[in-house]
Amino acid sequence: MSINIAALAACMLFAAGARTDALAAPAGNATRGAEIYTRCEACHALEYSRTGPKHCGVIGRKSGSVPGFDYSPAMKRARLTWDETTLDRFLADPLKLVPGTTMTYSGIPDPQERADLIAYLRDAGKSPACR
Amino acid sequence: MSFFDYPNVRVARRTMLLRSGAVLSGAAVALLAGRDVLAATAGDAAAGDIRILNTALGAEYEAIAAYQVGAESGLLQKPVLDLAVTFQGHHKEHADVLSKTVHKLGGSPVTAKTKYDFPVATLKTQADVLNFAATLEKGAVSAYLGAVPLFANRDLAKAGASILGDEAMHWAILRQALGMPPVPVAFMS
Repeated sequence: MSINIAALAACMLFAAGARTDALAAPAGNATRGAEIYTRCEACHALEYSRTGPKHCGVIGRKSGSVPGFDYSPAMKRARLTWDETTLDRFLADPLKLVPGTTMTYSGIPDPQERADLIAYLRDAGKSPACR
Repeated sequence: MSFFDYPNVRVARRTMLLRSGAVLSGAAVALLAGRDVLAATAGDAAAGDIRILNTALGAEYEAIAAYQVGAESGLLQKPVLDLAVTFQGHHKEHADVLSKTVHKLGGSPVTAKTKYDFPVATLKTQADVLNFAATLEKGAVSAYLGAVPLFANRDLAKAGASILGDEAMHWAILRQALGMPPVPVAFMS
């Protein structure tokens, strides 16, 4: 039954001209995302900037805007707002979205892993560590 | 012969440092081969490789500083303290080679920061320090894994993979010291 409802919803969205990638975006699991975040911890932390900028408050933040962090010229020019969509695109291939970024990382190809990581970043932003 | 089997930690450390130098020389040969070899990478590709190397260099400097915090914390007991100093020495070797390579490619190597933020308030035991170090080392494995495919110059990719292997060994040994399975997975990501 749930499959039929999902199929119906998909048809309605197609009929409305919705973007297919919105349908494809999986729901994120913050617990799994916490484990994926360990891949980031050579360069990043939630509460403070390191080789990369801090992640507390990243959801909704303008790119290149953490005070005191020495961003690349490319990131300073990027003029992005980090939300689920832009983070998903950046995490998939950082250098494709922001050529010249110093986040020289090939990316996370699995959409589910990206969604999980973004869910973790969203939840972590509300945690005591980030208040 | 393991680090813990030597008659004393000084001999162990000196021996392991010498051995690590011999192992790393393979990577160093690739990186320090000379401008003619590195010149195979030119233009935008070289600029991209310099960015990768500089990001890695910045992280290596931070790792050196983190191990310094651990070594000076008074929380590490021998022989774990000597192990930490040995690993810090590896990161110093990585940083030295990365810096020289950036220079050879015509770039400006990043320098170490005058101050790093570390969660020192949460480091209360030897296990806390080891866990912190293990977190950084695991992250380093992932960072190099994500960087290696980006190099335009395959010699640099090979050298990056060599450093990746070293970071993975650090992570495994730190986990072993914590009483955790040293190699919990067959594949890293």
